[in-house]
Amino acid sequence: MLQLRDLGSRWNSPGWLESSRYRGTTKGRSMLDYVKLLILGLVAVLAAIAASYARDMIYMIHMILVMVTAAGLFLWQLRRTDEPVPAAVLEAEYMDGPVRVGVALTAFWGVVGFLVGVFIAFQLAFPELNFEWAQGYLNFGRLRPLHTSAVIFAFGGTGLLASSFYVVQRTSAARLWGGGLAWFVLWGYQFFILLAATAYVLGGTQGREYAEPEWYIDLWLTIVWVAYLLLFLGTLLKRKEPHIYVANWFYLSFIVTVAMLHVVNNLAVPVSIFGSRSVSLMSGVQDAMTQWWYGHNAVGFFLTAGFLGMMYYFIPKQAERPVYSYKLSIIHFWALIFLYIWAGPHHLHYTALPDWASTLGMVFSVVLWMPSWGGMINGLMTLSGAWDKLRTDPILRMMVTSVAFYGMSTFEGPMMSIRAVNSLSHYTDWTIGHVHSGALGWNGMITFGMLYYLVPKLWGKERLYSLRMVSWHYWLATIGIVLYAASMWVTGIMEGLMWREVDAQGFLVNSFADTVAAKFPMYVVRGLGGTMFLGGALIMSYNLWMTVRKGAAKADTTVAAPAE
Amino acid sequence: MEDTYTIMRVFAGSWGLVFMFLVFVVVILFTLRPGSRKVHQDTANIPFRHDDKPARAPLPGAQDAHLTEARQ
Repeated sequence: MLQLRDLGSRWNSPGWLESSRYRGTTKGRSMLDYVKLLILGLVAVLAAIAASYARDMIYMIHMILVMVTAAGLFLWQLRRTDEPVPAAVLEAEYMDGPVRVGVALTAFWGVVGFLVGVFIAFQLAFPELNFEWAQGYLNFGRLRPLHTSAVIFAFGGTGLLASSFYVVQRTSAARLWGGGLAWFVLWGYQFFILLAATAYVLGGTQGREYAEPEWYIDLWLTIVWVAYLLLFLGTLLKRKEPHIYVANWFYLSFIVTVAMLHVVNNLAVPVSIFGSRSVSLMSGVQDAMTQWWYGHNAVGFFLTAGFLGMMYYFIPKQAERPVYSYKLSIIHFWALIFLYIWAGPHHLHYTALPDWASTLGMVFSVVLWMPSWGGMINGLMTLSGAWDKLRTDPILRMMVTSVAFYGMSTFEGPMMSIRAVNSLSHYTDWTIGHVHSGALGWNGMITFGMLYYLVPKLWGKERLYSLRMVSWHYWLATIGIVLYAASMWVTGIMEGLMWREVDAQGFLVNSFADTVAAKFPMYVVRGLGGTMFLGGALIMSYNLWMTVRKGAAKADTTVAAPAE
Repeated sequence: MEDTYTIMRVFAGSWGLVFMFLVFVVVILFTLRPGSRKVHQDTANIPFRHDDKPARAPLPGAQDAHLTEARQ
């Protein structure tokens, strides 16, 4: 417990060890402390009861995890109750503690997610890596959702949380609302990741892509997400700037839409409140449509809108000039909001879904070209008059490359949503290549840029430990993505053509195993691309770590000035 | 006579569609309204203020207090 407290105060100050000077003291808030104790105690007891009645192993393990966590937090809270608390002080300061922890966790989850990705890529190339002794735990089927959730929700999600905490404060000129609420959101989200990840390995899934966690994990995420929404809205409401900067519009749309998608897609009836299994409320084609309405908008609002919030703040900051056209950014926003939500049915071409619905999805996907490219142009043109910075600033280069990948994958996506193209591309590795050019190129690179920008800022350092390492990271990542995407194009189109090839009598020419054999070289190239991308992320982690440990402190320490 | 699905479906495909489209067009036209340039320029510069510290409350009566305040 003591260690936890030290850690808390350490993360809370930019100077690591000099936190004492922030600790103004006031009484009060003790009532709230007792409420917290009551809730934590109740949760620990109820989780213990649930664990003892558990009907399956996953549920039991999770309830024990909940019990231990709640009991630990109970003790931690108990030690702090009626202690002098840091004064409401800090209205004169930004709340950067959660951002620091979030930034570190983002880098950590990135490395974990990429590592699992590389491993499963080689599992596909070399099936022997599905070890006999680990069947049912570490085989491809179990690790694949672990990889997707680790990169999307753990790496991407934590990056979005941390960057949104930072951006909403700077652009509202106000401290985060709600006292310690940001800590609850951040750690609550990490606990969600822990539950989800352990469930995947043990086989706890409701079988919905990108929404695998079972009902009680979904409920927990809902609580965390509502707290996130309140935190964000509360901060916006007390802003000192008359206008809400466009990055916050994107972040807010990400929060609101993900809440809606998550709740509707996870409507389910648990088989027992003491078990992990549940049955979806909808069935048949309605269920499929709900899932892909969720699935595509997870791409649209989690991986696009949220990360556009990053783009609209960090690119102007790194380039040291305002966004190219603010009007265009507003139009980008509204066009994205009005169009994206309809694009989901393109995942269900040639299924039981009515043709009109999949045509609707296809048309809206194609129309989405326009706002996406509008946004890309806006991001790129922010550099107009400052293009020379690309020569000297590898961080800016990274951000610009991410926007270029945003443009490329939002070109490829609508094309693949066209029914005729989809008949070739669907179920092939082309889809996987498309997803990764978006996820590694756009989401990954903009997040790396964000991390490189934030770490020196947050820890009060003059600059990064090494710019050469950033360049190495940049080239490893870029070449890695190119290898990945190119091999997946080749193997995807080859596979699609082999599947549909018929001879003069109308018999299929190739068996499925033939296509698997033909894909082997491309699978190896993909694995190499992934390894390079992972290597870049490791270099980044080392660089960021050394920046925090060894970087020269910023000369002008305005950060530490007390309130008057 | 008609079931709920059909009623909803017809409404969504007619008045609902027209309404959504109009809202969209109005939002875009509002963004492009004459005189918005100054507001947008000011807003686009928000990231370059208040980098280290929140703003204090704007001084009473001070025009554009948010611009000058706490810009170090």
